[in-house]
Amino acid sequence: MRWIWIDRFVAFESGKSARAVKNLSLAEDHFADHFPGYPVMPAALILEGLAQTGGILVGEVNQFKEKVVLAKVPRASFPREAFAGQTLVYDAEILHLRPEGAAVAGRATADGALVAEVEIFFAHLDQNRSQALFGDHNFVFGSEVRYLLGRLASQVSTLASAGTSG
Amino acid sequence: MPTQDEIYTKVSATLVEALNVDEEEIRPTSTLQGDLGAESIDFLDIVFRLEREFGIKIPRGELFPESIFQGDPDFVQNGRVTQKGLDELRTRMPFADLGDFEKDPEVTKLSDLFTVELITRYIQGKLSSQ
Repeated sequence: MRWIWIDRFVAFESGKSARAVKNLSLAEDHFADHFPGYPVMPAALILEGLAQTGGILVGEVNQFKEKVVLAKVPRASFPREAFAGQTLVYDAEILHLRPEGAAVAGRATADGALVAEVEIFFAHLDQNRSQALFGDHNFVFGSEVRYLLGRLASQVSTLASAGTSG
Repeated sequence: MPTQDEIYTKVSATLVEALNVDEEEIRPTSTLQGDLGAESIDFLDIVFRLEREFGIKIPRGELFPESIFQGDPDFVQNGRVTQKGLDELRTRMPFADLGDFEKDPEVTKLSDLFTVELITRYIQGKLSSQ
């Protein structure tokens, strides 16, 4: 199982904000149990999607050299449910960023309706300690993140060339 | 320049958000860790919120000096803060009230210095020096 809960970035402004989408498919295993006959996207996985959108946004500022870990979620509300068949739009915005960590505001909508509003706090793992524990390998940002950003980059260049040729 | 009461009210509101505590639980003398249940990661969250709330910059280690005494035998001996350590505390944290702590300077009680009052005094000093 791959732990990547966003499908694609559709907007990315370095150090400021990012928008990602997540298509909810009935084929995803969790919908079978959550709940039988009533396929609701678990709130925890929506939070995870927002944390991945925000975490990548924060990580990109330092070219993914920092190990960005979710430290706490001071606030989270889920005003309505999202169902299989819908597309979630995840918006993350950096509220605060400094060498020790970052605070991010996140919103998720489904078909334009607000389904989640959260604040997420990320810490940069202490560089000395994490190097001793994990070495140089950045286990937080793996190949899937590179794929997502590569896709975003090619999309942006396609848009840019379409704009200049038109 | 806001009054001390106004600063205290805003500091309380910040702690309500950062620590998810009820406003009624907060007293000027409440300790962040002991009374309000703050954990290490909460301190950075509090710093972020104070910066936003008051429009100030709080340099790393200024409000919450990180492990001020770690591994320095000049500052700590037999689990107690030495005179030199107390002087260091006074220099690094002029906004701290060392009154009770000085009488029985056990290292384990250092965290009790960090009260709602202490943050209020720190912010007051910060705003008046702007």
